[in-house]
Amino acid sequence: MNSYIVKRLAILIPVLLGMTLIVFSIIHAIPGDPAETILGDKATEQSKQALREQLGLNKPWLQQYGTYLSELARGDLGDSIRTRQPIAREMVPYLAATLELTVASMFFAVVVGMNAGIVSAWKRNSWFDYVSMVIALVGVSMPIFWLGLMEQWIFANKLHWLPSIGRMNSRDPVEAVTHLAVIDAVIGGRMDQVWTVIKHLILPSIALGTIPMAVIARITRSSMLEVMDEDYIRTARAKGLASFQVVYKHALKNAAIPVLTVIGLQTGSLLGGAVLTETIFAWPGIGRYIFEAISSRDYPVIQSGILIIAFLFVIINLIVDLLYAVLDRRIRYQ
Amino acid sequence: MSKKYVKHKIWTVLLVLALGTVLVLSGCGGSGEGAKPEAGQPPGGAGEGAQDTLIYGRGGDSVALDPAIVTESESLKIGIQVFDTLLEYKESTTEIQPGLAESWEVSPDGLVYTFKLRQGVKFHDGSDFNAEAVAFNFDRWVDPKSPYKFEGDSFDYYDSMFGPDGSRVIKEVKAVDANTVQFTLNKPQAPFLQNIAMPSFSIASPKAIKEKKADFKNNPVGTGPFVFKEWKRNDTITLEKNPTYWKEGQPKLAKVIVRSIPDNTARFNALQNGEIDLMEDLNPDDAKQLEGNSELVKIERPSFNVAYIGFNLKKKTFSNPKVRQALNHAVNKQAIIDALFAGEAKPAVNPMPPTLWGYDESIQDYTYDLNKAKSLLAEAGFPNGLPEPLTFYAMPVSRPYMPDGKKVAEAIQADFEKIGVKVNIQSPEWATYLDDLKAGEKDDLYMLGWNGDNGDPDNFLYTLLDKDTIPGNNRSFYVNEELHKILVKAQVEVDQDKRAELYKQAQVIIKQDAPWIPLVHSTPLMAGKVNLKGFVPCPAGIEAYGNIYFE
Repeated sequence: MNSYIVKRLAILIPVLLGMTLIVFSIIHAIPGDPAETILGDKATEQSKQALREQLGLNKPWLQQYGTYLSELARGDLGDSIRTRQPIAREMVPYLAATLELTVASMFFAVVVGMNAGIVSAWKRNSWFDYVSMVIALVGVSMPIFWLGLMEQWIFANKLHWLPSIGRMNSRDPVEAVTHLAVIDAVIGGRMDQVWTVIKHLILPSIALGTIPMAVIARITRSSMLEVMDEDYIRTARAKGLASFQVVYKHALKNAAIPVLTVIGLQTGSLLGGAVLTETIFAWPGIGRYIFEAISSRDYPVIQSGILIIAFLFVIINLIVDLLYAVLDRRIRYQ
Repeated sequence: MSKKYVKHKIWTVLLVLALGTVLVLSGCGGSGEGAKPEAGQPPGGAGEGAQDTLIYGRGGDSVALDPAIVTESESLKIGIQVFDTLLEYKESTTEIQPGLAESWEVSPDGLVYTFKLRQGVKFHDGSDFNAEAVAFNFDRWVDPKSPYKFEGDSFDYYDSMFGPDGSRVIKEVKAVDANTVQFTLNKPQAPFLQNIAMPSFSIASPKAIKEKKADFKNNPVGTGPFVFKEWKRNDTITLEKNPTYWKEGQPKLAKVIVRSIPDNTARFNALQNGEIDLMEDLNPDDAKQLEGNSELVKIERPSFNVAYIGFNLKKKTFSNPKVRQALNHAVNKQAIIDALFAGEAKPAVNPMPPTLWGYDESIQDYTYDLNKAKSLLAEAGFPNGLPEPLTFYAMPVSRPYMPDGKKVAEAIQADFEKIGVKVNIQSPEWATYLDDLKAGEKDDLYMLGWNGDNGDPDNFLYTLLDKDTIPGNNRSFYVNEELHKILVKAQVEVDQDKRAELYKQAQVIIKQDAPWIPLVHSTPLMAGKVNLKGFVPCPAGIEAYGNIYFE
């Protein structure tokens, strides 16, 4: 098991190195004088020159990449051009906001999606099966921004059940410690605010989690159906085990691997795909951070943002691979 | 602990959580308090006792909070709350009035300005505001090697309004005594007082700049109506009342929270839900919903912008002014306004808005007349319309002067088709869009707009159409020597009536040459709670919140 983890981790290094190379090359392939594009019309020649020096644009490409890597190794992501702040520090609250939203969305997607899939397979061709699969189909094809705005309109404006934007009550904010608002509210002893913060999470996480929820539901259903035809399930039933136990214990265990793969992939795509949700729900996350950087051509931020997301994606995949090994002993010998 | 046991536990936990989620979701409706999530009072704000916190919703975040180093309005909107300027604009106009300077004198040659400063004013950090502080700020901006110009900062507005290093307008700023400051100029500058009133030239606390250094841009200290408290990037900026503000009775609010909510409809949803009190950039389509809501009102910002279609004069097709005039005749502006601006705009005749002084009322627009357009094209040698399709750059982003660039482009495309002019619409990503226009290689005609910075016609006519601003804001590459002479002359003329006369002449020339199709002056829409009082929208879009209160 341990050697498997070590091997799996060793593969990470070339992958990450390749990623830095791709991100770095793409940014440098964009035509035009970056200094001029970044600073705009009102900038003087002096400030442009200063920026070129700051970004090292007047050095050879390879040298720039080398400097970039060595800074990266030291955990230095450079400074944002727009705000002049160190990116590594600036990014923390955004990253935390997105992680919080992603976790909540995946929680929603996994819990609702898997259960819907399991029950659909269990009660194959029942009304529940039909209804949930129609919902799953609609869910996959739903435009996120439309869903988000509808949620706001119904649950915030009409029913007044939930807040429509932001992460917390801004008239009485929770002090940021970890930048994960739920945890901050608990740490700060603001028990009254914990519920408020959770309520802020509900609508955006449903909007963001709907597509993965639908995908997970469909994969779970088909994977469960396959497994439930197997002999050992029939044996289990024949032994007189309760249906619930057969389905949730015996069948699900073997059906879980494809589902786990999908969960991993979906989580990764949520990280990058959160821009729309974060825009509609005024959620100050990494998606919006990168989006704003792109519109102002803040190259160091774009680079670092993409790199961080790619990095997280790789890590999630790693976790999924390791979980395979836990679920199915055969995998680790492959 | 066996593995089997662990897995069993995991599934139990998941199931319990699933059940929990269902309960939580269904619980939202049951608990009555969920109804007022943010405000702690019903949407509309009619709680007991007047509300004293304003939550202002806008589309974007600030870049930095030191108004001297920024050029975009989202940052200046915060700057004007925290800082004061020597002079300021009268509410909702672009006329100047005393600010930190109570009175001023100008020498007859227009070279020496002497300001008498208000006494007893203090910065938020407790240090005194005086002539030294004024001189410190101006010295900071003028000296490229100033120790208070921090890494990466540039004072672009100073350079653009008072000349770059080497051709500065201001020669010296001197503290005569504690309450008198004297500006000596190298050459007269007509809009000097107008320029001094720009929020970019806010007077900051020298003590705070010296102490906080590069961090000053995140922790601004001025003399303004509100004290900076906290900035959560892309989320909120919190400002608190300055209890010792020099303006009698101001500010009326205890706290202002400025929130960034990028999506216009989401922002409107938040307003309807009581999570914000006042919002910018209401979609014209959403404005209809306001009519049925007795708790909210629509607020119109005075039009201070122009949206236009520019011809790229580098392209041979447009070298003949008759072609440009023909296309001017082919655009049905009113139809575009009705369909795509929900009626909230006026057709533009000139490159500057009619609310600005110096506007020439006597100029007639090119009428919407397809026959006239066709005959002009024929005169220019194109009796069957233009042989080649044109590349039309349509804005990929929404701006107050242009809510939906692509749809407007499509309407114009249909208009042009009628006179035999085919266009291909292109909308590259915004930064590329601006780069391409500046290079002038790819586009034949393009769409753009401008929002006034400072209430001077120079800021429209010279900035957008003078030959000096190529490459730059003159993306039509329009060169007219006569116009250039007039615009430069107007820059140094001190008498405003004479300047107005010069700008009128300039508008006549521009109309005749037709480097643009001036399209609309849009009315930016805002919305707010009905009990919110004292908010006077300003043409430039940068309002101080000192007078705002809730009934």
